[in-house]
Amino acid sequence: MTTSPKISLQAAEKKYSSPRGEDVIALAPVSLDIATGEFVCLVGPSGCGKTTLINLMAGFEKSNAGTVTIDGRPVRGTDPDHIMIFQDYGLYPWRTVLGNVLFALEAKGIKGKAAVEKAEEYIELVGLTKSIASFPQQLSGGMKQRVAIARALAVEPSVLFLDEPFGALDTFTRMYLQDELLRLWQEKQPTVVFVTHDLDEAVYLSGRVVLMAPAPGRVQRIIDIPLPWPRDRLGDSLGRYRRELFKEFHLVHQQAAGEAEYVI
Amino acid sequence: MGLLRSISTKLLPVLSLVAFLAVWQFAAGFWAPELFPSPLIVANALRELADTGRLWSHIAISLARFTVAYLVAIVFAVPLGLFLGRNQRCRQAIDPLVQVLRPISPIAWFPLAVLWFGIGNAPAIFIIFLAAFYPVLLSTVSAVVGIPPVYLKVADNFGAKPGAIFLRVIIPAAFPGIMVGLHIAVGTAWIHLVAGEMLGAQSGLGYMIVDARNFMRTDWIMAGMLVVGFLGLCINLAMRKFEFWLGRRWGGVT
Repeated sequence: MTTSPKISLQAAEKKYSSPRGEDVIALAPVSLDIATGEFVCLVGPSGCGKTTLINLMAGFEKSNAGTVTIDGRPVRGTDPDHIMIFQDYGLYPWRTVLGNVLFALEAKGIKGKAAVEKAEEYIELVGLTKSIASFPQQLSGGMKQRVAIARALAVEPSVLFLDEPFGALDTFTRMYLQDELLRLWQEKQPTVVFVTHDLDEAVYLSGRVVLMAPAPGRVQRIIDIPLPWPRDRLGDSLGRYRRELFKEFHLVHQQAAGEAEYVI
Repeated sequence: MGLLRSISTKLLPVLSLVAFLAVWQFAAGFWAPELFPSPLIVANALRELADTGRLWSHIAISLARFTVAYLVAIVFAVPLGLFLGRNQRCRQAIDPLVQVLRPISPIAWFPLAVLWFGIGNAPAIFIIFLAAFYPVLLSTVSAVVGIPPVYLKVADNFGAKPGAIFLRVIIPAAFPGIMVGLHIAVGTAWIHLVAGEMLGAQSGLGYMIVDARNFMRTDWIMAGMLVVGFLGLCINLAMRKFEFWLGRRWGGVT
């Protein structure tokens, strides 16, 4: 990488105190650079610190040691230029689809007709123009997540964080939204950090997979997937990376199981 | 089948009402009318009270007291509840106090209320106020505390200002929970209206019932009770209509 990274972590770590007063390491020191426009997946079993790691980058949590910077500036809190998308959507049930997207634009200071036009543009981008006046309760899970994506993209963030965004969706909806997300990423070119526990999802989507391991939460291995998009889900080239990742994951799994046995 | 069911759902309440009146009429036959008046006698008493105009003035003053006390309770309880819901430290500080004061029946406040406010509107309004205050306060606090954290995370992430977060996220997110409290409070406030007026007032439906007892007019007592029950029903129905209307503006589902 010749240019400076978009997101940079230097020995960033996170500890909690348990109710008994003991230190629990949620994330052992992590160093990681993410380039502008990259699509990176953080993947691993529960307890591996992937959500902690994305929360550190998005500014929802603060590291105890080390540094987290975006565009060279330390992350001190959330930023409207770095938008997080949650598994449970975070849509406001008292607002329509349009109202939910407008909320983001109004928070940014865009008002009136300009805001409505922009909101409509992004709702069209995710294919929900027909549902623009619907309330979230009237939409399916996949549609709700598309609203959340439209709301996030409408403020034109340079970084998009996604924390298991498709985790609650059925397989077909999930595959469809994966392709939609790739299309939107290629069109708008934000830097994407995507947390998932689904290895297939990670391999299909990202240019780089950060495999994490639990107890303590840490980065196990980083695997580059230098394949162009769109990718063939069943293709041999993807299969190679898939096997590599599964093998590595199996190792993580055995380690975790071994440690669990040891603890018991 | 559907027609039969809709007829039976409409007909059953009427039938049970008729059965109730029949049992009442039958039971009243065993006692002197001065002790246990029959439905017919009570209906006559109701007409008598209505004709003299006394009934209407009592109803008017009761409704006025109820409305004032209920609104004052909302004006105090909702903002306090919003504040306490957002401020964990204050909530923890005040919670024990609320838990001690809340189980005290508003009627227990009556002697103090009369000492402080004298006989008249004020003690009755005070007691209704207390009856409405706690349900609204507690439901507002729990509605604010129960706001899904993701709503606030999203608002924070998009850079919404604190004032905007309060008006556009916290209040609407807590609103359905607050409405539950308002509905409960309508019921408890109306129940305590009669008690408040029996003890500290010279007018209103509660006073009308006590006054009738002084004249041994059991028919007027029962007429008063029926009016209280009927008005309670009407207030409850109006509240439900209001909620339905709000629910539709809210997005169809609540």
